[in-house]
Amino acid sequence: MSEALPLTEPAPGLAREARTRGVVGRLLRTPSFLIGITILLFWAVCAVFAPSFVPYDPYADDLLNTLQPPSAEHWFGTDQIGRDVFSRVLVGARAILTIAPLATLVGTVAGTAIGLITGYFGGWVDAIIGRLLEVMLSLPLIIVALLVLVALGPSTPTVVVVVGLVFAPLVARTVRAAVLTERHLDYVAAAAVRGESAPYIMSVEILPNITPPIIVEGTVRLGYAIFTIASLSFLGFGVQPPTPDWGLAIAENYGVLIGGFWWTVVFDTAATASLIVGVNLAAESLQRALAE
Amino acid sequence: MSGALGPFLLKRLALSLLTLWLLSVVVFFGCQVLPGDPARAILGPLADPRAVAALNEKLGSDRPPVEIYLSWMGGLITGDMGQSYAYRSPVAPFIGSALVNSLKLAATVFAIVVPLGIGAGVLAALRAGRPIDRLISVAGLSLTVIPEFVSSIALILVFAVLLRWLPLSASWPAGSGPLVQLQHLILPALPLVIVLFGYIARMTRAGMVEALSADYTRTAILKGLPWRTVLSRHVLRNALLPTITVIAAQMGYALGGLVVVESLFRYQGIGSLVLGAARAKDFAMLQAGILTVGAFFVVTTLLADIVTTLLDPRLRTGGRR
Repeated sequence: MSEALPLTEPAPGLAREARTRGVVGRLLRTPSFLIGITILLFWAVCAVFAPSFVPYDPYADDLLNTLQPPSAEHWFGTDQIGRDVFSRVLVGARAILTIAPLATLVGTVAGTAIGLITGYFGGWVDAIIGRLLEVMLSLPLIIVALLVLVALGPSTPTVVVVVGLVFAPLVARTVRAAVLTERHLDYVAAAAVRGESAPYIMSVEILPNITPPIIVEGTVRLGYAIFTIASLSFLGFGVQPPTPDWGLAIAENYGVLIGGFWWTVVFDTAATASLIVGVNLAAESLQRALAE
Repeated sequence: MSGALGPFLLKRLALSLLTLWLLSVVVFFGCQVLPGDPARAILGPLADPRAVAALNEKLGSDRPPVEIYLSWMGGLITGDMGQSYAYRSPVAPFIGSALVNSLKLAATVFAIVVPLGIGAGVLAALRAGRPIDRLISVAGLSLTVIPEFVSSIALILVFAVLLRWLPLSASWPAGSGPLVQLQHLILPALPLVIVLFGYIARMTRAGMVEALSADYTRTAILKGLPWRTVLSRHVLRNALLPTITVIAAQMGYALGGLVVVESLFRYQGIGSLVLGAARAKDFAMLQAGILTVGAFFVVTTLLADIVTTLLDPRLRTGGRR
């Protein structure tokens, strides 16, 4: 960002549009972005359409065919109560790809609001809220989430809100830093002189200028949201049975791993790893493209 | 040691105490106020209201929240962490032994990851831009994002099921010597090593690159000092400062990651204690466990600040200038 805006400022909307086009062009030439976005799109398609094309009902048990190894009928084998692992892995994208983006949205919106307020007002508002956020950050995220989920009971809306709010302090820290660099620029002073209200200055004047760091923070958070929610599901405080979910399936089946029934967990493990790596590849490339 | 250091450390200490106090309020709020009615949460929605009232009285949760908080804090100061509902015995001994177990696991993790991460970071910086540098940063970045339970499954499959090199369970037979204990600790430690490696390597590399291009390094080289001396006395000393802070910050994260790893490998540490308390809705135990984790993090951060200050020649000699 510039130190002082020139007096004859080119229409900011046009400049921003050209910048956006440059970023998109750079991204489409980045191999790691293309790989990441392809993986993400694959799982997104599964999340939306898999229930209509998978070979078996992911909820249907078959007690005569439990723990069957992969075969022509069951490509990924069957689990402990005879459910088709292939169908459950594909449909399993749905829960995580619903909860994680929603939680990211909650965290980004809440964190942006907090960051704008603390960065803009400064002083004691910043000191008090800043200290509270630091306390939140001094506990491992997963433990904070656990604490609240125990108190409120795990349900999809609760997981979304809790993971979102746990991420808010991290987003707030980034946004606050961005606001501080904008805070003393001429256009903010000009708006204040015009008599604009603080909410107007924060949302209409400052916010559009700090969107790149917020977008980067949001995509990075999405990766961590998937990480956190999958871990919570694994611990029994996220997605609840019998919903097909990767973390949940691993928790239910890793006990039989030592018996050699590897197919009950390996595909869910690979699915989780691929989605997280995909999101992070895309986020990392986006961050670089915006920084250039 | 000079005058500039004392007030700085005092200020840091005061901030840590403030953080600890706020932490206790947050944890108390989560365990006592948020559930609304602890006895109802324990007994479930179908329980007899009289049983709920009786249990609330027994737990002491029928009193006003401020009173409960004060008596809890009073107990904590005298070393009494309250009574566990699930075990019907004092909480403190459980916390103590769990913390010792977790520290053993954490020590194994850091004994592996600190030399590995710093070594890789230094190597990457010395070979900046070469294939080995790119390999280390790509490996670090992609391993960091893998959840512990995912890498654990892969590690279990390879080392415990296929190769049978390492025992699957983290708990060793009673009375085992340190070597057997260590053998049981390696497999549970590796998932956390995988997550932490990337951070430490990246921080070290960044610090090294900065120190290598700094004026004092150029001066040291031009003075004609041998490369080894420049590296150990000038470059590493400055490069590793931010890394120490990162390692301390990761200690707290590691304790959180232990929740997953300890439950997966059935290890009796603070993580599985917190998880067990969460599942049993044993709020006294949960409260004490989470506060312990938070306090541990606050203390390691404070220690990191102190060590950084002592090592940084600029801060150390600040008062004499």
